[in-house]
Amino acid sequence: MTSLYEQLGGEPAVSAAVDIFYRKMLGDERVAAFFDDVDMDSQAAKQKGFLTMVLGGPNHYTGQDMRTGHRHLVARGLNDSHVDVVIEHLGATLTELGATAEQVAAVAALANSVRDDVLDRPQGASPARC
Amino acid sequence: MAAILYRGQRVELAPGESVLDGLLGAGIDAPHSCRSGHCRTCLARAVDGPPPPGSQEGLKDAWRELGLFLTCKGVPTADLAITTVDDLGLEVGATVTEIARIGRDVVRLRLITDAPFEHRGGQFVSLVRADGLARSYSTANLPGRDDFLELHVRVIKDGAMSGWIARELAAGTRVAVRGPDGECFYVPGNPQTPLLLVGTGTGLAPLFAILQDALRHGHRGPIVLLQGAVDAGGLYLVEELEALARANPLVEYVRCLLRGEPGVGLEVGPIHSILKARWPSLRGWKVFLCGDPDLVLDLRKRVFLAGAALRDIHADAFVMKPRASSSV
Ligand code: HEM
Repeated sequence: MTSLYEQLGGEPAVSAAVDIFYRKMLGDERVAAFFDDVDMDSQAAKQKGFLTMVLGGPNHYTGQDMRTGHRHLVARGLNDSHVDVVIEHLGATLTELGATAEQVAAVAALANSVRDDVLDRPQGASPARC
Repeated sequence: MAAILYRGQRVELAPGESVLDGLLGAGIDAPHSCRSGHCRTCLARAVDGPPPPGSQEGLKDAWRELGLFLTCKGVPTADLAITTVDDLGLEVGATVTEIARIGRDVVRLRLITDAPFEHRGGQFVSLVRADGLARSYSTANLPGRDDFLELHVRVIKDGAMSGWIARELAAGTRVAVRGPDGECFYVPGNPQTPLLLVGTGTGLAPLFAILQDALRHGHRGPIVLLQGAVDAGGLYLVEELEALARANPLVEYVRCLLRGEPGVGLEVGPIHSILKARWPSLRGWKVFLCGDPDLVLDLRKRVFLAGAALRDIHADAFVMKPRASSSV
């Protein structure tokens, strides 16, 4: 089965998605503070990693990477509500790019599957959401 | 099979091997991280030979123009000589030919380099004094048109380099220039794209080069230049820029002051408010931001939120990173 990454058009589509997604995140005061880094270019490169990962494109991230990569944000208060916002903007971004409702749901499921890693708690600790 | 030439070493690639795989396989500690084309740690520059197909996808056009590519992506089709980004930076000797005060605290330096110094108008270079003291300044003129290199130096009280330039430097003094570096320059190929240039202080220097380069290449889209300062005394090159705007209907030159009276081509208020009122949507624009680091950071976010694509926003790293402290 081809990944959604390929179905949407691979790298160029993800590049377009980064702009749309990152603009939504930065423009949303519920989560913008987490992205207040001086270097927008490297932030955007990381968001590209994020999108490639949740779209099932080529990536080498592990659950452990997700833990260590977000631990500094958890220390600053990252919680389930922020993950929900990410999934919300992710869905809206993909819809803008022409993804179907089923495809959006599949991506949301993939993002949800690493929720515990991102929030640095034991797997299965959270009540299932979505 | 293609081979990679790197730091004097020749690395033969196996079929299907990426540049990065080849280098690592040969025991070279090449920088890398994600190996999937996102993190850009493995960025290198093709100095002779074509970058591998696909290895420049998603990079800014200025980077592509400089031959930068991701070593983890694509398979070279021909022999390729590369440098890593750290290796960039040629140093050439130069002689100062002219020093002129062109603003309240701005000095214009012109230098002739001993050997041709390849750069794009608007990139920055390090000016190196005989004792090794070095500071970064943007180039303000166009190679190919002028045989000299023009730098605008903001004179800072007690500034080690700028103070020396203002007080002691004389025509005939020997210095060196190192570089060039940076992504603030005009890339031909999209003549219709609207350009927004925003600068404060000597951030005007690269914008001045970009503006002239765009006109030289027959740019056909609108070009908006906003020059910001606290008060009128902080502006410079005003007459030259007004003349440029009069001669080119595509160019709109707006002075933005925090204090003063509004007038023709002169607005009063924070630059971001002026931008928002006059150019609320920047979708499809190419943007260059140069000058005060805090302002650049703030504007960068605002122009992005106003619709400019990330890869179309250019702000030179030397004002963003700690190196900025050495740019005085
Ligand atoms: C839905 C689950 C999530 C996944 C799968 C995910 C995935 C990723 C990935 C792959 C990276 C790139 C790491 C790298 O290349 O270094 C990243 C970085 C980042 N993520 Fe997430 N993320 C998630 C949720 C969130 C949330 C909820 C926030 C905050 C609202 C967030 C904020 C960030 C930030 C700020 C970075 C950059 C960190 C840095 O600068 O070091 N992420 N994420």
